[in-house]
Amino acid sequence: MMRTYAGHSTAKASNELYRGNLAKGQTGLSVAFDLPTQTGYDPDDELARGEVGKVGVPVVHRGDMAALMDGIPLGEMNTSMTINATAAWLLALYIVAAEDQGVEQSKLQGTTQNDIIKEFLARGTYAFPPAPSMRLIADMIAYTVEHVPKWNPINICSYHLQEAGATPVQEIAYAMSNAIAVLDAARARLNTPPAPRADELMADVFGRISFFVNAGVRFVEEHAKLRAMGILWEELGRERYGVSDERRLRFRYGVQVNSLGLTEAQPENNVQRIVLEALAVTLGRDARARAIQLPAWNEALGLPRPWDQQWSLRIQQVLAYETDILEYPDIFEGSKVMDGLVAELLEGAREEMAVVSEHGGAVQAVPYMKAALVDSHRARIQRIESGEQIVVGQNRFTETEVSPLTDDAEGGILVVDAAVEAEQIEAVRKWRAERDQQAVDAALAELARVAAEEHSQENLMVPTIAAARAGATTGEWAHTLREVFGSYRAPTGVGEASAAPADNELSQLREEVAGLAEKLGRRPKILVGKPGLDGHSNGAEQIAVRARDAGMDVVYEGIRLTPAQIAASALQEGVHVIGLSILSGSHRELIPAVIGALHDAKVDVPVVVGGIIPEQDVAQLKQAGVAAVYTPKDFDISRIVHDIVGIVGAECNGHGPSSNGSA
Amino acid sequence: MSDSPSTGSGERSPAENEDQQREGSVGVTLGKRLRERDLSAAPATLNLLESSTPADREQTAKLLRELSPAALGGEAPGHIVGVTGPPGAGKSTLLSALLHSWRAGGKSVAMLAVDPSSKRSGGSLLGDRARIDFDPADRAVLIRSTAAGERLGGLAPATRIAAQALAAAFDVVVIETVGVGQAETEVADVADTVAVVVQPGSGDVLQFLKSGIMETPDVLVVTKADLGQIALATRRDLSAALRSLGTKATCVLAVSSLSPPQGVDELVGALEEHRASTDVSARRLRARRSGALLDFVAEHGERGLRALGGRHATERLLEQQDPTLDAQALVDVLETAMAKT
Repeated sequence: MMRTYAGHSTAKASNELYRGNLAKGQTGLSVAFDLPTQTGYDPDDELARGEVGKVGVPVVHRGDMAALMDGIPLGEMNTSMTINATAAWLLALYIVAAEDQGVEQSKLQGTTQNDIIKEFLARGTYAFPPAPSMRLIADMIAYTVEHVPKWNPINICSYHLQEAGATPVQEIAYAMSNAIAVLDAARARLNTPPAPRADELMADVFGRISFFVNAGVRFVEEHAKLRAMGILWEELGRERYGVSDERRLRFRYGVQVNSLGLTEAQPENNVQRIVLEALAVTLGRDARARAIQLPAWNEALGLPRPWDQQWSLRIQQVLAYETDILEYPDIFEGSKVMDGLVAELLEGAREEMAVVSEHGGAVQAVPYMKAALVDSHRARIQRIESGEQIVVGQNRFTETEVSPLTDDAEGGILVVDAAVEAEQIEAVRKWRAERDQQAVDAALAELARVAAEEHSQENLMVPTIAAARAGATTGEWAHTLREVFGSYRAPTGVGEASAAPADNELSQLREEVAGLAEKLGRRPKILVGKPGLDGHSNGAEQIAVRARDAGMDVVYEGIRLTPAQIAASALQEGVHVIGLSILSGSHRELIPAVIGALHDAKVDVPVVVGGIIPEQDVAQLKQAGVAAVYTPKDFDISRIVHDIVGIVGAECNGHGPSSNGSA
Repeated sequence: MSDSPSTGSGERSPAENEDQQREGSVGVTLGKRLRERDLSAAPATLNLLESSTPADREQTAKLLRELSPAALGGEAPGHIVGVTGPPGAGKSTLLSALLHSWRAGGKSVAMLAVDPSSKRSGGSLLGDRARIDFDPADRAVLIRSTAAGERLGGLAPATRIAAQALAAAFDVVVIETVGVGQAETEVADVADTVAVVVQPGSGDVLQFLKSGIMETPDVLVVTKADLGQIALATRRDLSAALRSLGTKATCVLAVSSLSPPQGVDELVGALEEHRASTDVSARRLRARRSGALLDFVAEHGERGLRALGGRHATERLLEQQDPTLDAQALVDVLETAMAKT
């Protein structure tokens, strides 16, 4: 099956995009939702600011879902939704949209990502604490296995773990441990009495679990990784869950090839990286992906345009229809090298799975796994910085001709119209004003009632679908559950990260920081902040850890902060500099908002910004008062910290010897 | 990649800064503002107290003088509460619940969160504030992360004087430290009331109490009371241990910070009760004297002590001083005495 991950701006605009892609030969849909939809906030919520329609489509209520799927026959479509914390809600909206088309829910085919553990570990779009999140997942599995039998209720994601720095061994071990946590929860749910068909359904559930993996450019080892996962999965099914049916024991996975290795420098090189990564998941038939999504070549620059996505689709088509890759049986059968690689990965993964199990399973081991990932990521970045790991165009062969691909006015990316947010806010207010409020209130009250009972026999999907039908909004559904379940902050992993081995560069950095501390009278203190809903925290975490290793005091509070929270922290903590990280494209709105909040709090210290910031936005940010902007091409973290130390030093010189934070 | 910093930003213009230095009034101004319970003076005060430049130390001395019992006409009115316990005991969650209860009662709260810092580089990662849930627009709450002192659970000198200074303006000043065993001793030197936080089922505290490694805290808090039996059992064991030690004064409470919270208001009550039954002036006086001694030793080492005739003689010298002097003034007394020898 071939898809491209797509959606932006509004349901109507995304619907046009989907219809266009289907006409070009795409055989399924892959829906990208915007961050407010993923985290359960309506467009008019304070936290949604700057994010509406940015990284995907906003779907706020059944009307939006109907518009998104308008003219697309849901009974025939296979739809993959990248949705996790609010997966139950979006599936409910999809079921209601199908009802509107006269399609029964039992006919629906597709996948909801619905993997919450990797949200805590890597992606950050969680909404509720771990225990109730697992309950929602178990309820959804129990519901779909009976009523929407062709639906894959969950897609265990190791993709994001690799993006967060996981080694192949960690990727295998954490994904499998995650699957165990989910399957155990599902088994407990199915065994809640009365449970006449629990065993039979459990085998169905096992057969419905699919994986979403990553494929990096070291494509031989990556292929071995997938073979190892297949072996572990079958073992797990037979031994832990008593599944015997061969068909159900098959390791099924979709893949998105690596974005981590894609570079902003000479982005055209990403095309050949994507092709090689696609080979990792297609070469050997015994571990071949069922569905492939290829990223666009310019993903590290910003939001891809339809033409960029077409290019990715064409890569898959060339592989499938022009090459002979699909004509042979498994080409690695009997290969000593491949078997050896697989055995090595299996051994490492089993050891790491045992460690997770000792922590009490994947849910309890989140802080452990998070810290391990932050550590691996740091090691990877240090290898690139030192030149030990070569990235063509980034740390080797960096000379380049002017690229005709990124030469146009918008720099070769799509920019979402800022007016979209205002329109969506108006639209949701109109929706609320025109619906049957009494019906919505009653449906949400029923949802709260079921949620409040911790070991309820009732399935949360039932009141969720009723609320979708009644016209409740995404924010209202999530708010109702937050009131019952409480809110949550995931571990940042940085506190536990071990200190970096001191190389020359770091020793020199420490001296610089010590010199600055002497000038300032106290250790330089930096606030690393992630404003808004963007949960991609790898960059912020690496800056925080390196600044600490360099001898700075670092205040890092994790993701999802409002501008007011950042300003309050900066004031109270007396920091000398603030580093803000945004990867979702909302920097145009959020950075000026943070600077405004700092101004209101009378905090006047330099602000630096890192993230996926297109070249043409840099001037605008500087005009707003930003001292420096770092983009993916600034891959050397030590140099960024060095630069920040210089900025604080210059500020200090401008103010006499006792410049000391805010007055 | 190197971008030049923006110009024209800065909390005070250089000229203004020089003016303040010439007049020598930064410390005095901040001290006066705190005395008038102007909470917005707190961040700048902390920046100053943490600074080691000679100019800033001079201002710190002036600030402390403005807040000495002599200047205040008595001890600073705020309640200094030490909260300590092993990692994972649920301190942050408990502090969130306490903060809400204090704020609901109209009390202003400053929290000094002491994080154990990375020893090798000297740098630290301060993330604790993220775990404490509060309204960023609430000006009567201040949370400050500070790096730790030399030993595990130890306090940096700045934290000790910060607690004393903030107690002039805030109703409650919390010092949160990590550790168990020796950790609470240093906190006890500064705080009016020390609460040790224990999670159900962990035997450490019980062992430390029995073996006498740990001084008896003023309040013992067993967290995660929602765990039921195991929390109750832990509470029972601790009470029994205290009884066998002949300690009746320590209050043992079980608290659940999960909603709906249980026992939090009782804990607030117990902390207040302890303070009402304590001679705060005596405790603060002891804190100032021991703080002065620590600062003096940090600066002049054992040689300084020997010059004054040893530790005991130095302690006696401190005891002879005016009880309304601030800690820095006491250090000055010792330094003057040392210069005379």
